[in-house]
Amino acid sequence: MDIHEYQAKEILGRFGVPVPKGGLAYSPEQAAYRARELGGSAWVVKAQVHAGGRGAAGGVRLCRSVDEVQDYAATLFGRQLVTRQTDQTGKGVYRLWVEPACDIARELYLGFVLDRKSERIMIVASAHGGMEIEDLAETDPDSLRRMTIDPAAGLVEFQARELAFGLGLSGTQITQMVTILQACYRAYRDLDAMMVEINPLVITGAGDLLAVDAKMSFDTKALFRRPEIAELRDRSQEDPRESTAGDHGLAYVGLTGDIGCIINGAGLAMATMDMIKLAGGEPANFLDIGGGASPDRVVRAFRTVLADRNVSVILVNIFAGINRCDWVAEGVVKAYREVGMTIPVVVRLAGTNVEEGKAILESSGLPLITADTLAEAAAKAVAARPKLAA
Amino acid sequence: MAILITEKTRVIVQGMSGRIGQFHAADMIRHGTNVVGGVTPGKGGERLLDRPLFNTVREAVEATGAEASLVFVPPPFAADAIMEAADAGIRTAVCVTDGIPAQDMMRVKRFLRRYPESRKMRLIGPNCAGIISPGKGFMGIMPPHIYMPGRVGIIGRSGTLGYEAASQMKELGIGVSTSVGIGGDPINGSSFRDILELFQQDPETDAVMMIGEIGGPQEAEAAAWAAKHMTKPIVAYIAGLSAPKGRKMGHAGAIISAFGESAQEKVEILTAAGITVAPNPSAMGETMARVLSQHRAAA
Repeated sequence: MDIHEYQAKEILGRFGVPVPKGGLAYSPEQAAYRARELGGSAWVVKAQVHAGGRGAAGGVRLCRSVDEVQDYAATLFGRQLVTRQTDQTGKGVYRLWVEPACDIARELYLGFVLDRKSERIMIVASAHGGMEIEDLAETDPDSLRRMTIDPAAGLVEFQARELAFGLGLSGTQITQMVTILQACYRAYRDLDAMMVEINPLVITGAGDLLAVDAKMSFDTKALFRRPEIAELRDRSQEDPRESTAGDHGLAYVGLTGDIGCIINGAGLAMATMDMIKLAGGEPANFLDIGGGASPDRVVRAFRTVLADRNVSVILVNIFAGINRCDWVAEGVVKAYREVGMTIPVVVRLAGTNVEEGKAILESSGLPLITADTLAEAAAKAVAARPKLAA
Repeated sequence: MAILITEKTRVIVQGMSGRIGQFHAADMIRHGTNVVGGVTPGKGGERLLDRPLFNTVREAVEATGAEASLVFVPPPFAADAIMEAADAGIRTAVCVTDGIPAQDMMRVKRFLRRYPESRKMRLIGPNCAGIISPGKGFMGIMPPHIYMPGRVGIIGRSGTLGYEAASQMKELGIGVSTSVGIGGDPINGSSFRDILELFQQDPETDAVMMIGEIGGPQEAEAAAWAAKHMTKPIVAYIAGLSAPKGRKMGHAGAIISAFGESAQEKVEILTAAGITVAPNPSAMGETMARVLSQHRAAA
């Protein structure tokens, strides 16, 4: 789960990372008020959206007067900001963060991630900050320094010191960097983060370190024990179809094709999408109904998929282990009748209680298209699409 | 003798008195698995499914000589249950639980390293379908009837895609020695490579079906190991060729984050290591059939 920049700064600040003062604004007037309140003669106004690449997309600007702050803010509110990390729809801007501009001498990069290879938290740092880590990894891979942290010992001070010297820091910057590294590590560990990124970590004109931008993302599986983090969820930054589906225990990802997919298991779902493409079709979505799906959950899955107007055929592919084909079949029949289905539905059932499931489909008398194998199901779904007008 | 589980393996179920635990324990017993007891703290002394329940894994091991444990414990308590099994001397634990926090798994992996190799526990999962040696026994949630006993090993991240492979093979008369679901989480107990090693050593396995997906370094690591050490043929399939980059597809495992983690890159890495990659998920069975007959012809 992602949070906003200002929230990440607030959290990291609490753990001891030096962050600039700033103010949150929900309107252009409030942005102007915040600028006045903060004082000074130049401010950075930043759109708060859950995506990187805001600067290049026009979501961040240096303003030299309070009027400029207000005028710029007026152009941002309610806008969909499309960055290189979003889809074409972009992310809605409903909050702004206003900060006094700071004097930048140098920019560093600092990130904490879960490294799947070592199965530890890994620090990634570079003496060249300011650009996205993906670009950095491509253009200047040698500048990246990596270090993993033993969960039993935590981040040991000498490791932090080595990294600080390695980045070309000196004098009091070393102590400042050690403090920042340990603060980030503690925040990561204590709050079940999946990612902490400070980019850029700035060396100011006065020679001090300052976190000018920050991102944090959290392990959704640990939210049960992090209510203070769960509270920071901002649904305005999520695809409404995906979050509604999530509320009903369905993992849904919207795509651009026209074949709606209802499948159990992420691996089988991806494989089915691959099979659809191979058969000459395009999947409209990824949808995993999860384990032990009740008929009602199957009905919700149908409603979720049908909310996408591009969908012209539905493919249900279930290989039941912990699921039951009879429950899924009941759900298919119920959904067909309740939503007043007008498009073809292809159903492939296999595994636990498959005979009972097939019997339910057959005795329903509905015009369902059935298939026995994955290949057959994909081919039938592609063939069942309405022919495009010439 | 298959790997990890046979009809003789003494199995306990942690969380057997829960609704899901009880359902699947009953299914395991029905299919011949040697379930010797269950563990639910606070229910020690009671009986369930005609088996004794214990308060701790240690008591269960002492009383029954259990060697393997199936963990059906909810996510907040699952890591603790796995560590308890390791400390009590269990040799193989299979954890089905989906939703264990990543940092809990980091602790579990670190904890397992405390023990010398001679008594170190092997963890399969979490977030997996389990393991089955068809006709002998199973620990997990899979439908056992889709597996035919035979001589091909299966390793997969995804449970349902593993079922798909097993049933395609059964259609073609190819049976399974053992099928192992290693789970879809970013940090898991055993990797593809760990299980490949077991199949390579198993005299009852002739070939291995390896089912990977986008995200994570484990397929590439397995390919590098197999190129050097594996004499038995491997057929692979990688799910997610059509998945858009950067989107999470259900499994935490299924996120692309570095080079070598997209499906296309994994296919290239596996092919370069001499592994036969099935062109699509419907061709897993027929690709295995072709590789087996080539192998027999060459032998």
